[in-house]
Amino acid sequence: MSSKAASVETATGIGASVRRKEDFRFITGKGQYTDDISRPGETRALFVRSPHAHARIKKVDVDAASKMPGVLAVLAGAELATDKIGNLICGWMIHSKDGSPMKMSAHPAIASGKACYVGDPVAVVVAETMAAARDAAEKVQVDYEVLPAVTDPAKAQSQPAIHEVAPKNTIYQWHLGDAKAVDAAMKSAKHVTRLDIVNNRLVPNAMEPRVAIGDYDTGTQNFTLWNTSQNPHVARLVIAAFVGMAPEHKLRVIAPDVGGGFGSKIFIYPEEVVCLWASKKIGRPVKWTCDRSEAFLADAHGRDHVTHAEMAFGDDGKITGLKVKTIANLGAYMSTFSSSVPTYLYATLLSGQYDIPAIYCEVDAVYTNTVPVDAYRGAGRPEATFVVERLVEVGARELGIDPGDLRKKNFIKSFPHQTPVIMAYDAGDYLASLKKAMEIADVKGFGKRKRDSARLGKLRGIGYSTYIEACGIAPSQAVGSLGAGVGLWESAEVRVNPTGSVEVLTGCHSHGQGHETTFAQLVSERLGIPIDTVSIVHGDTDKVQFGMGTYGSRSGAVGMSAIVKALDKVEAKAKKVAAFMLEASEGDIEFKDGKFTVAGTDKSAAWGEVTLNAYVAHKFTGAQLEPGLKEGAFYDPTNFTFPAGCHICEVEIDPDTGHVDIAGWAAVDDFGTIINPMIVEGQVHGGVAQGVGQAMIENAIYDKEGQLVSGSFMDYAMPRAENFPTLKVGTTTTKCPSNPLGIKGCGEAGAIAAPAAVINAITDAIGTEDLAMPATAPAVWAAIRRAAKIQHAAE
Amino acid sequence: MPSVSMTVNGKAVTADVDSRTLLVQFLREHLRLTGTHVGCDTSQCGACLIHLNGIAVKSCTTLALQCEGATVLTIEGLAAPDGPLHPMQEAFRENHGLQCGFCTPGMVMSAVDMVNRKGNELDEHTIRQELDGNLCRCTGYHNIVKAIAAGAKAMKGSSPAA
Repeated sequence: MSSKAASVETATGIGASVRRKEDFRFITGKGQYTDDISRPGETRALFVRSPHAHARIKKVDVDAASKMPGVLAVLAGAELATDKIGNLICGWMIHSKDGSPMKMSAHPAIASGKACYVGDPVAVVVAETMAAARDAAEKVQVDYEVLPAVTDPAKAQSQPAIHEVAPKNTIYQWHLGDAKAVDAAMKSAKHVTRLDIVNNRLVPNAMEPRVAIGDYDTGTQNFTLWNTSQNPHVARLVIAAFVGMAPEHKLRVIAPDVGGGFGSKIFIYPEEVVCLWASKKIGRPVKWTCDRSEAFLADAHGRDHVTHAEMAFGDDGKITGLKVKTIANLGAYMSTFSSSVPTYLYATLLSGQYDIPAIYCEVDAVYTNTVPVDAYRGAGRPEATFVVERLVEVGARELGIDPGDLRKKNFIKSFPHQTPVIMAYDAGDYLASLKKAMEIADVKGFGKRKRDSARLGKLRGIGYSTYIEACGIAPSQAVGSLGAGVGLWESAEVRVNPTGSVEVLTGCHSHGQGHETTFAQLVSERLGIPIDTVSIVHGDTDKVQFGMGTYGSRSGAVGMSAIVKALDKVEAKAKKVAAFMLEASEGDIEFKDGKFTVAGTDKSAAWGEVTLNAYVAHKFTGAQLEPGLKEGAFYDPTNFTFPAGCHICEVEIDPDTGHVDIAGWAAVDDFGTIINPMIVEGQVHGGVAQGVGQAMIENAIYDKEGQLVSGSFMDYAMPRAENFPTLKVGTTTTKCPSNPLGIKGCGEAGAIAAPAAVINAITDAIGTEDLAMPATAPAVWAAIRRAAKIQHAAE
Repeated sequence: MPSVSMTVNGKAVTADVDSRTLLVQFLREHLRLTGTHVGCDTSQCGACLIHLNGIAVKSCTTLALQCEGATVLTIEGLAAPDGPLHPMQEAFRENHGLQCGFCTPGMVMSAVDMVNRKGNELDEHTIRQELDGNLCRCTGYHNIVKAIAAGAKAMKGSSPAA
């Protein structure tokens, strides 16, 4: 083994590619996902879902189903109301430009009165086995009166209202920025680039389908919910405070190993509520495991924007204004954080990496008879990046300026920088990431490669995406002023055992991110103790006091900052203990590499000696110092963090088939401080794959009747290994000044950057901007033909 | 209910099962071998991939009753209990070939089958083509491809997994 490999293996602190602590259980099949949990006396739930996108529910007849063998209960929406089970809610209030609050419809866990999308639950069957539940579900008779469906967000505002509370199916008409300044910029512009953009609707498709187990204890009257959640405490809060299932202290939520989330497991879903409710009704645990095809109809979808955007340029290629009008489809009901995605997570990022003096964005959010839409990896920021990076690229082409040069000309170069859309960027070096990405992508050699492709009858193109995102979400007071119903701090508790080993309880949740490793790296480095003596505990509301969960690339920037704060307190307390042991004054105690020393002497105590003394408490009295060594902290960020970077995609296209081969990918990201480079690179790879999936193959398609046409893995194209080349990944670093570790966050960057890079590359190759996502082979082929026809006609 | 007998991870098992019981249900629910996962219902994702008589099979589209007398190997049986990890398992850990871990058992079993069929020297193109039946949403496949190439090399000399 080389010495380099050996040093990588032995280093466990910040910056080391430590192999993941969690991996052993996953590679041996010993992970404990929710579906792997089996409760004594467990029953199985199956949901009867509406086959119609929009229908009045005239009658739900459960008699025949109830009499089927093995059936314990068949419950419909009316009973939910009788038992006073409350509705699901959207937790972020958005006000329209006229000051009126968003129009949130009632969202019962089981529909009664009306079904509003294909997949809307209308009844649940609880039975001894899945097979019995399936047999019984076929006997549930629902009498529907089918109503016309609203499926196209662009037309939703001219169609009959789905919910009475929202005339013209309009949830809000929101805006941000300075309309007058933008209009003036458009009038005085040398050139205006205009684009119509559809940001295609996606299905998140974490590989683990959602699962819920509700377990009501008749002795204690306590509820336990095991679920596939990214934020179990928020689930408990909503199910207690809004749904009213049980007081918060009588409900425990456990999210064990979770098989990916990408946003789709943030939300509080009907099935979780129903499993808890049904468990109390039948007095036994109730488990629901989602089928994949069911997941297409039951998990919140992502994106789905229809946008017109205009970018104004001055004489010298400087961007002088940006005007954006977006219709955002939120589906049939407002999911937990849906309202924030096309507003404060979208329009606030429209300045991109550029110094743009005037920006104005209008967003109309609409109801349609489709699955609810909410945050999906990147959430609003991929949509913003796509708008900005397409406009800049097309603008460069129209102005005849190299797209790299146009970007350089407009980059923000000094920090802090206040954009016209709320955000105050704190640190960055956009030129550095662009330059490094251009080197890695060998942009200089592109001309030759293009000629080589041409000789083979292939088209070759290159596309840039210089993205920015806002992560570390977020200062609680700031998001509160923007309508958030929650604070977005994070908590940590550091429990030091008498023998010196450490448990860290975090409010973040790991579902692939590797927190058990990265969080332990921080503790190992800070306390000078072996990483194997550190355990990370998360995902159980009975263990962790409170936390906001994991999404928005916040766990490093916010969650680890909370751990730093708690570690500060642990060190301060341990120094007090050491002072008594070493008979020195507390101010003279120094702590380094796991050892306490008295300054200027050779007196010292090891970490383990001090921790033991903290608990045996023989060296101090209770009046002098409390025994024990356990500290907690809540960290509320003072700003968002602003990861940014440059992704460059190179494609080769067969014009006869439209097949696009990604020939190269260079990603250079500035994530601030990196705890574990191996894990961070993995996050970039995964994000890029999802972004490429959106750009090239993924599409949730509804027909006019509101049926999801691409509703299974047979119809919805998921990225496969053969869709990608080896990705080249690099970093540049400017530290985030607002948190103690300088972390910016890395989870969403790839998904944010990739779609624009791909479409910019393909349109560069085929010489037309008339191409929508996903750029499938038939779509690219047709775009090439359309462009040829136009050219032919012109000649 | 009909009875079925098979050898799973070297142990003889017999059980009475509903005739529509899938092999994956038999493994997960009857034998509590929950390392084999269910990620879809259309035989696309490969999270349920196991070895049936030495050949990679999706256990979500195999009836338990079809496996009468068969030898089944799941992720739990790939390495000997208390023994070292299988080289392919080790390669996935070493190369960060997993994130959430849900597709991992199927990926590892698929990779071992790939080596059994194609040998120890697997190039990137071959690995990507051969992974057609396994979906991962976390890794972008980048490190899975690296892990399989490394694991294949490391398996040289070891006897093929049964």
